[in-house]
Amino acid sequence: MAERPMPLWEVFIRARTGLAHRHVGSVHAADAEMALQAARDTYTRRGEGLSIWVVPSAAIAASDPADKDMLFEPTASKPYRHPTFYTVPEEVGHM
Amino acid sequence: MTTIAVAESDLTLALLRLADTALVHGHRLSEWCGHAPMLEEELALANIALDLIGQARTLYAYAAEVEGAGRTEDDLAYLRDAPQYRNVLIAELPKGDFAFTILRAFLLAAQARPFWQEATGSRDATLAAIAAKAEKEAAYHLRHAGEWVIRLGDGTEESRRRMLDALDALWPYTGELFEVDASDHALIAAGVLPDPAALRPRWDAAVDRVFAEAGLARPADPWMQTGGRSGRHTEHLGHLLAVMQHLQRAYPGATW
Repeated sequence: MAERPMPLWEVFIRARTGLAHRHVGSVHAADAEMALQAARDTYTRRGEGLSIWVVPSAAIAASDPADKDMLFEPTASKPYRHPTFYTVPEEVGHM
Repeated sequence: MTTIAVAESDLTLALLRLADTALVHGHRLSEWCGHAPMLEEELALANIALDLIGQARTLYAYAAEVEGAGRTEDDLAYLRDAPQYRNVLIAELPKGDFAFTILRAFLLAAQARPFWQEATGSRDATLAAIAAKAEKEAAYHLRHAGEWVIRLGDGTEESRRRMLDALDALWPYTGELFEVDASDHALIAAGVLPDPAALRPRWDAAVDRVFAEAGLARPADPWMQTGGRSGRHTEHLGHLLAVMQHLQRAYPGATW
């Protein structure tokens, strides 16, 4: 009997209201419904989540590691993009 | 070997029936640790096992309190022998293959879900509190197992064959889920326990919905197995208890 491997899904969990979903790992599952269940059982066992997203891993378009220099090197010479050049008034508090 | 028997009032008997079913089924699920078909399902089955064992703990603690003989939840779990166990027979059957395990979990959850929902309105405040927690757990067990039954029943030739075998093997044990004896009647009349007759249509509806999607035909109700709730068990329970109780038998009073 031909046994097809289970598709892979990327799992994103939102821990609290107001936070963004964060990538936590992946699961194998036959379809989206089962992927949500597998994600719940694998990644929210210690109360980590309020919401789960699953996305087929095959649907993710990834940058090519070989393009690393072209994509990311140019930003190294632009430290002025970091907000460290500005003084944040104390009244603003934590940002 | 120390063996205890709980003094069975209507309430302690009812609590033992619930607790033993949860513990024995939880133990059977825990046997998949290290053996599940995939990591995700290994965690899922262990999660459900832990939910059930947690339910058993609170039920045993309450049964011990009601009995008033100074016993603990551990005494009830580890020091009673098979004839003192009151679980339904379906819970103690060997874990079988994945289809068998999943179908059993589904059939039990389809009963547990409405049972605990109704029990949240119990006149017994402690049982109502236990039900409030168990009801949410059972809801997930039902969804999880139900989705698997659909996919195995309507899956490959092999998954379907295994699901049909499991259905043949398990169906004769479903009658016991709705049995009522004199002791149950007293508690139902007192508003402590839900009436199984009232739960039955909801169990039927859950089973029919999932079976329809899974392409499974519901077997004609044959002669049903019975006995577990009165302590008459299959030969499998003694072996299960031998494993589960080994540590306390070999080292009485051992603690972590």
